[in-house]
Amino acid sequence: MDIFLQLVVSGLAVGGVYALIALGFVLIYKATSIINFATGEFMVIGAYFCYTAMVFMGAPAVPAFLIVMAFAALLGLSVERLILRHMLGQPTISIVMVTIGLSSILMGLADLIWGADYRSFPPLFPRSPIVIGEIIIRSNLFYGCVLAVVAVLVFALLFKYAKVGVAMRATADDQMASFSMGINVKSMFTLSWAFGAIAASLGGIIIANTGGVHPSVAHVGLKIFPVVILGGLDSIGGAVVGGFIVGIVENLAGGYLDSYVGGGAKGVAPFVVLVLILLVKPYGLFGKEEIERL
Amino acid sequence: MRIGDYKETYAADEAVFRTPTSRFWLGVLFVCLLIFPFLAGDYLLYMANLVGVAVVAAVGLNILTGFAGQISLGHAAFVGIGAYTAAILTTRLNVPFLLCLPLSGFSAAFFGMLVGGPSMRMKGLYLCIATLAAQVIFEFIFMHWESLTGGIRGINLPAPTVFGLALDNEFKFYWATLAVVVICVTAGRNLFRTRLGRAFIAIRDRDISAELMGINLFTYKMYAFAVSSFMAGVAGCLWVNFLKTVTPEHFPLSESIRFLAMIIVGGMGSILGAIFGAIFMTVVPEVLTNVVGMLAEIFPEGMNYLFPLQQVVFGVLIVAFLVFEPHGLAEIWRRVKDYFRLWPFEH
Repeated sequence: MDIFLQLVVSGLAVGGVYALIALGFVLIYKATSIINFATGEFMVIGAYFCYTAMVFMGAPAVPAFLIVMAFAALLGLSVERLILRHMLGQPTISIVMVTIGLSSILMGLADLIWGADYRSFPPLFPRSPIVIGEIIIRSNLFYGCVLAVVAVLVFALLFKYAKVGVAMRATADDQMASFSMGINVKSMFTLSWAFGAIAASLGGIIIANTGGVHPSVAHVGLKIFPVVILGGLDSIGGAVVGGFIVGIVENLAGGYLDSYVGGGAKGVAPFVVLVLILLVKPYGLFGKEEIERL
Repeated sequence: MRIGDYKETYAADEAVFRTPTSRFWLGVLFVCLLIFPFLAGDYLLYMANLVGVAVVAAVGLNILTGFAGQISLGHAAFVGIGAYTAAILTTRLNVPFLLCLPLSGFSAAFFGMLVGGPSMRMKGLYLCIATLAAQVIFEFIFMHWESLTGGIRGINLPAPTVFGLALDNEFKFYWATLAVVVICVTAGRNLFRTRLGRAFIAIRDRDISAELMGINLFTYKMYAFAVSSFMAGVAGCLWVNFLKTVTPEHFPLSESIRFLAMIIVGGMGSILGAIFGAIFMTVVPEVLTNVVGMLAEIFPEGMNYLFPLQQVVFGVLIVAFLVFEPHGLAEIWRRVKDYFRLWPFEH
């Protein structure tokens, strides 16, 4: 039972980070109907920015975070403006492939600039592990999760109350109507990419902080798909719930199944769950069913 | 547009070779393909074999994605299933190579239908993610079902024999590859002169309309997955018999993406496009490697940048084609042909 609780709690902690990254992903999808296969690469680049700011420029954590967020926003913005703006209204396959191409470019560039060596991240949080009752959580995971949850809350409040957030929700809801209400729909697209990139790069920093900076941080980006499918591609609340579920599922699978299948259950379990869910509910758990007419 | 492009019968409209000229040039191409191995060295023949495998796989993917409109991020997994089937059949049951080819195809087709079955209810992005899941799960199975797949060490197999003749070098294997490529390309081209192929196109263009016109969506989507995975499986069988080894690392997600890139760059919904794309996406990285290799003699550090540089070029190619030439190389080829057909008059 102790092991079970331990696994669930560390799953929750990882899940918080997934929730944050998935949030960025869903933001982009809701506003522009583009699924961003370059999420993982945004994470890697965010982590490298942070690494550069802290190690080469010697900035303390908070200014470094601000710098990263500014650069991430710039990156998301220019990607939307330079590449994805041209793809509006194109068939799904083209849009999917363009973000895949983008991920390849970003990955190659990150590799060219920073090299593929493994680098350990400067410590962001206190070292001592957190103990709750009999459960021990690694401090990186705990504070990472706290940071992620705070970021998710900030984003949520932004959407609920800020004018920009309301405009973005309106755009996601009905482009024509919001256009006629004087909302600049195109700049909302750009903005959602900027927000998406910020969320992803924060997630990347948290992941890199636990495991070090390396291009393979991008693999976590793939886990976003089970998360968003669980939640439904266009549901922000669903993304958060999905993030926690996937975190728990993969930890439980890693803890209980690895000895039977010879390792690697952690990576594949979320995808098995994903397939099972899609078999029952083809639009995810909370996704909006698309009704098609001729 | 060709001048005087009139057709008086349906047979003429459906003909594969519209004009004697196209028949002539195809003949020339064949002669070139037959002479090629006698002139080329081992390296070129090695490349030719890889291109051939890629062509078969890309034609398969283009049938599913380009013609039937179902996105698959799991094509490499089906190639992998074909490869593993071939390897297991050869090493454990001593099944001859010629029998292995269709059997690997059928095995991949079976799994393709298994993945494609649920696709009836899923569309677009959801289907895309479901095939991604299939890719991840199959990769896991290749890696962890050690009693069957040999795990990370994979399976080694002997050179294939056809009628007692061992295909143990690039030159000999070239003929096997060529034969399979010709059969698959011909089959692919002819598929779209049949009810099946036209149904695929109808589903791609508007699935609801297609259903109203009496096309059973479920059945035909399953056919699309089956045909596409069959070709993937055949490609996998060729591949494993050519390289004589198979490990899980050969079929990652990035390989699936490479196949998709082939049909994007070559031209979606065109058999010729799949061929162009397969050639292009196999040759370009090699050329890049050679160029960087030459530069490395001047800048010794150069080789370190090869892999990221390849990634960047790969990404730029995909994005550039999608933004500037969404119909791919096949469309460029058509324009060039039209230019010369009308030459020297522009209109």
